[in-house]
Amino acid sequence: MIPAAFEYYRPSDLAGVIELLEEHGDDARVMAGGHSLIPMMKLRMADVPHLIDLQGISGLSDITIDTESIRIGALVTQTNIICHEDLAAAAPILRETALQIADPQVRNMGTVGGNVANGDPGNDMPGLMQCLNASFTLIGPDGERNVAARDFYEAAYMTAREDDEVLTAVTIPLPEGGYAYEKQKRKIGDYATAAAAVQITKIGETCASASIAMTNLSDIPVFSEAASTALVGTSVDDAALKAAVGAMLGDIDPTEDNRGPVAFKKHVAGVILRRAILRAWSRA
Amino acid sequence: MKDEVESRDDRVANLKGMGCSRKRVEDARFTQGKGNYVDDIKLDGMLFGDFVRSPYAHARVVSINTEEALKVPGVLAVLTAADLEPLGLHWMPTLAGDKQMVLADGKVLFQGQEVAFVVAEDRYAAADGIELVEVEYDELPVIVDPFESLKSDVVLREDLDPKADGAHGPRKHHNHIFTWDAGDKEPTEQVLAEADVVATESMYYHRTHPCPLETCGCVASMDKVNGKLTLWGTFQAPHAIRTVVSLISGIEEHNIRVISPDIGGGFGNKVGAYPGYVCSVVASIVTGKPVKWIEDRMDNLMTTAFARDYHMTGKIAATKDGKITGLHCHVTADHGGFDACADPTKFPAGFMNICTGSYDIPTAYLEVDGVYTNKAPGGVSYRCSFRVTEAVYFIERMIEVLAIELNMDATELRRINFIKKEQFPYKAALGWEYDSGDYHTAWDKALKTVDYEGLRAEQAQRVEDFKAGKTRTLMGIGLSFFTEIVGAGPVKNCDILGLGMFDSCEIRIHPTGSAIARLGTISQGQGHATTFAQILASEIGLPADSITIEEGDTDTAPYGLGTYGSRSTPVAGAATAMAGRKIRAKAQMIAAYLLEVHDNDVEFDVDRFVVKGAPERFKTMKEIAFAAYNQAIPGIEPGLEAVSYYDPPNMTYPFGAYVCVMDIDVDTGVPEIRRFYALDDCGTRINPMIIEGQVHGGLTEALAVALGQEIAYDDMGNVKTGTLMDFFLPTAWEVPNYETDFTVTPSPHHPIGAKGVGESPHVGGVPCFSNAVQDAFRPFGNRHTNMPHDHWRIWQTANKLGLHG
Repeated sequence: MIPAAFEYYRPSDLAGVIELLEEHGDDARVMAGGHSLIPMMKLRMADVPHLIDLQGISGLSDITIDTESIRIGALVTQTNIICHEDLAAAAPILRETALQIADPQVRNMGTVGGNVANGDPGNDMPGLMQCLNASFTLIGPDGERNVAARDFYEAAYMTAREDDEVLTAVTIPLPEGGYAYEKQKRKIGDYATAAAAVQITKIGETCASASIAMTNLSDIPVFSEAASTALVGTSVDDAALKAAVGAMLGDIDPTEDNRGPVAFKKHVAGVILRRAILRAWSRA
Repeated sequence: MKDEVESRDDRVANLKGMGCSRKRVEDARFTQGKGNYVDDIKLDGMLFGDFVRSPYAHARVVSINTEEALKVPGVLAVLTAADLEPLGLHWMPTLAGDKQMVLADGKVLFQGQEVAFVVAEDRYAAADGIELVEVEYDELPVIVDPFESLKSDVVLREDLDPKADGAHGPRKHHNHIFTWDAGDKEPTEQVLAEADVVATESMYYHRTHPCPLETCGCVASMDKVNGKLTLWGTFQAPHAIRTVVSLISGIEEHNIRVISPDIGGGFGNKVGAYPGYVCSVVASIVTGKPVKWIEDRMDNLMTTAFARDYHMTGKIAATKDGKITGLHCHVTADHGGFDACADPTKFPAGFMNICTGSYDIPTAYLEVDGVYTNKAPGGVSYRCSFRVTEAVYFIERMIEVLAIELNMDATELRRINFIKKEQFPYKAALGWEYDSGDYHTAWDKALKTVDYEGLRAEQAQRVEDFKAGKTRTLMGIGLSFFTEIVGAGPVKNCDILGLGMFDSCEIRIHPTGSAIARLGTISQGQGHATTFAQILASEIGLPADSITIEEGDTDTAPYGLGTYGSRSTPVAGAATAMAGRKIRAKAQMIAAYLLEVHDNDVEFDVDRFVVKGAPERFKTMKEIAFAAYNQAIPGIEPGLEAVSYYDPPNMTYPFGAYVCVMDIDVDTGVPEIRRFYALDDCGTRINPMIIEGQVHGGLTEALAVALGQEIAYDDMGNVKTGTLMDFFLPTAWEVPNYETDFTVTPSPHHPIGAKGVGESPHVGGVPCFSNAVQDAFRPFGNRHTNMPHDHWRIWQTANKLGLHG
């Protein structure tokens, strides 16, 4: 559990970061909280000759809420999310999710930016951001661009971010209606056996819109448009729930690991989604 | 004077002796980060060693090239088996009478096996050096299943003569280690053949690991000027380590000083000797500098001593009305690549022959076959006396299965078969003599406290609701009644490597009435510095706060066999009381002299000797202590010291009654522990607060083992659970509130009647948690499912029973 030697940088502005990234290409990695990257380096599973610490950069730790959207800087920690009252009022699903990530010590260090940028299918924020239709701001040598969370993930640890880009912020359209983040895990600190993020609105007793994403059930987070669509226009009755679960199962692709075999994971994914929908619906 | 106005109760309270919840004196340093653990030891010029480990579970080592590694700045040496061979140290003896490679000698037998030892100026250089040692392997067929191993043509241990006997008698096959049995085979078979009812069940008690928070490690420092070797380490048995080091290194024992400093948990993992110790000593001798070796978490989980891995098949015979008439048990024990079990020499399966449990079973037979596989060696008693957890799990599952077979309530089945109070001392069919017990009282108290009848009624309603589609949660009631066998043990039948399993205490009373006591045991969190001082306080009448307890330094502590198997209180605690009584006997003579009366005319009273019939005439122990150093007393040597080596006449037999109430989500397999009640009878209670803490800890480790903790291998012998992501170590989040309770049945042969408690909750807890899971599914036809009951396995049970529609 001792990493190979590496150069450590702590630039004071983004330009300095980009410069280092351009110079070292994929030999360089940026680090926010470090709670995914450092263990990988200690296990010598990640070879990072040049480590760029973002903690010296100001302006990446803000949470701003306006009438249409929420902007969360990449260095905002899970604990910041949990403790921010206005944020909890504007998008309560963020607090509900963050409280289910790891443990308090990790949440004090782990950041939103790191969680979404790392591309680990076990992370909870990517699925949540897909559910919320967030977009990620990337800054590189050619300036700034935004990529939708739903388009960002390509494979495990592979994302739309170029090697010389830094993810600086997450922008979330103000969510409406009921919400739920439901997660089954073996113990504190574990990744999900299955987790579901649901955001749902209703008009009268009819579902007006729904958004569903699943965590750790494929090599990337899974936004299930089909499952979302299955609920719209229904009264979220048993038939609609069955349809949504069925649609979701068509979109996920879990693999066997120590949490259990595929059949178990699929079954639990269905149960968890059903519960998430019902909780979100009850809050809509 | 103050003494004269002080009431007797006040004087008792001031001592903080036995029975008082004295706060732990160790905690002041532990809670402030001021403990002194092995990795805190830093010596001038200290080097660091670490291992190149095998990625394969079974392979020939074709070549080892250290050239590139030696080029790393700071790397000083790379030791291989070839370097150790001239010293005869490339293999070492195990505690079980086998031998084990220190560094791979031509082949490797498990993943993570030590192949080369890189010695460097710092840990970083050592880690870089490890990466650059080039080892060429030639893979061999891997065997991870002991049954397959016994059928396989593949010879795992080519170093052993397949036709020669092993350390425990004849071997049946080249991968077989021993057969060990107890009891009467033919009579048992006859009872089974003639019984009204026979319940048969096979169960696998999975491999797991004690996983202490502090991993294993040591610092070896060879002083070439005076020829003395000092070895600091995470040793649960420092004196035994000293003797072993002397025997295998040839260094005379007086030139070896072994020190166990603060230890961050052991649970059996730190009993044995590991290649890291040998390599550190050799590296220190070679370099002339101190060498530190500290495992990381993965090293610890993958390579140092595991626990369990017992495949058990039981047959239990009974009459129609539930009286048990016979028990048969066969175990196939997976010992991994080397037999490094930590057991008393004559007990290669530990005290598995306590598997008749708390029941009066007239006829029984146990047979254990030890087998080599391509897994890590070990086989320690993880928070239990030797293999007692396996034994108690076995019998408590067999009782439940028999209850199903008889369609009887399992509490009643236990009650019918408990050994009765008046039967003690009770000679069990498999050889042990239980010293004392009052099982019926404990059982009735437990069932009444939890309202057992009410729980069963609630469970029946839940089943109805489930069948009616009103709930998807089932309720399980877990029961267990256990009898431990601890305090190994009588020298006549218990030894490790020929060292009798007595223990010791040496006391020195200082002139001003304070004292130091040294013991042959070593605390790893048990709170010895607190509790042994309490024993002494009650025995010698000096306040516990004035008594220092010291353990772990072989140059100062008397010889003892260490701390494991709940033996500290039964054995060293007895030695402490006996040494205290020697102090008191001398103090009585001094008091009589000072009071100018005959020895027999004074009697001990809390903290003083008083003249019989004249309580106003007394000498306090403090006064007596001073007199021992400043008065010339005819016929009495100056000073006030005593030593006792205690050879226990028998084991002690703590017992307990546990009940767990669990709700199980049938659809996700998630169990929720609603209630856990633990009644422990450990005889005389020295410190109730420490007992409660021990019970909480043992139950938490029991919960871990029952509900998910395992060392799992894939077919290639790869460890699948080598990090704390996958190896379940419960936190405050996962554990329920525990209710503790007690009865007191003192041990009749122990000087203070104490029996030991640290391991009871683990022994009793594992079957209790498991029985709760099994009980939840009993109404739907479940008979037995193997642990660990993690989410997916519970789900699988529900699925197989058709509960998912």
